[in-house]
Amino acid sequence: MAVNYGSKRVVVGAHYGLRDWLVQRVTAVLMLLFTVALLLQFLLGGPAGYDSWAAIFSRQWMKVLTFVLIVSLAWHAWVGMRDVWMDYVKPVGMRLLAQVFTIVWLVACAGWAVQVLWRL
Amino acid sequence: MAETTPTSPRVRPGENMRLIEALQYRLPLAAMVSILHRASGMLMFFLLPFIVWMFDNSLSSEISFDAFTSAFVAGIGFVPGFVVKLVALALIWAYLHHAVAGVRHLWMDATHSVTKQQGKSSAVATFAISLVLTVLLGAKLFGLF
Repeated sequence: MAVNYGSKRVVVGAHYGLRDWLVQRVTAVLMLLFTVALLLQFLLGGPAGYDSWAAIFSRQWMKVLTFVLIVSLAWHAWVGMRDVWMDYVKPVGMRLLAQVFTIVWLVACAGWAVQVLWRL
Repeated sequence: MAETTPTSPRVRPGENMRLIEALQYRLPLAAMVSILHRASGMLMFFLLPFIVWMFDNSLSSEISFDAFTSAFVAGIGFVPGFVVKLVALALIWAYLHHAVAGVRHLWMDATHSVTKQQGKSSAVATFAISLVLTVLLGAKLFGLF
């Protein structure tokens, strides 16, 4: 594979953007699968309430799935918001600020969600 | 484009269209789906802490679960419960529209259905599915059934 990082990073041309395009779709499919899994457990879990809800996330495989969701969501949202900033925020300094804010926002939310997940 | 409107607002060559100018054009249905796909994504992004807050309180303990449910009745701080429900409804719509429009993208990728007619019919389907589900879930949220 050619060197494509640091000063040799190519940000134009035939393959640029392919990774993020694919990431959006892969993470989207993963999140859809998670939604189906969660919906089924919710609907088949008996009367809705704290017990049935907490039971769903007490299962180890569901914790793993939820972790995958959190990571997927963070990356998916990053690509989306980066595109938005790229389209609407032309001054480079402002865009850098927006991107840093976005990353901090997503990392903070992801961290909080993981903390919630493994408290049970 | 062969024709421009007689009251064309474009007087600054080399610059992007202003938002206020963009809003003057009639948007095809597919374009409506597309811009709402972006808007719904941004809405969910900015409400993400609220989503995690709901996740946290609903899951951590039975006491916090009661705090979670009471948020929709008694409100949070000075925000009344009705407003919290409205925010939740906005999130429900945002998620449904974003997911269905996203599946539409995947459908277009897989079947190469990119003609104008297919764009319109898939846009109609997107609105039909997402809005019907939004109404159903919204009715459940507001206790209509």
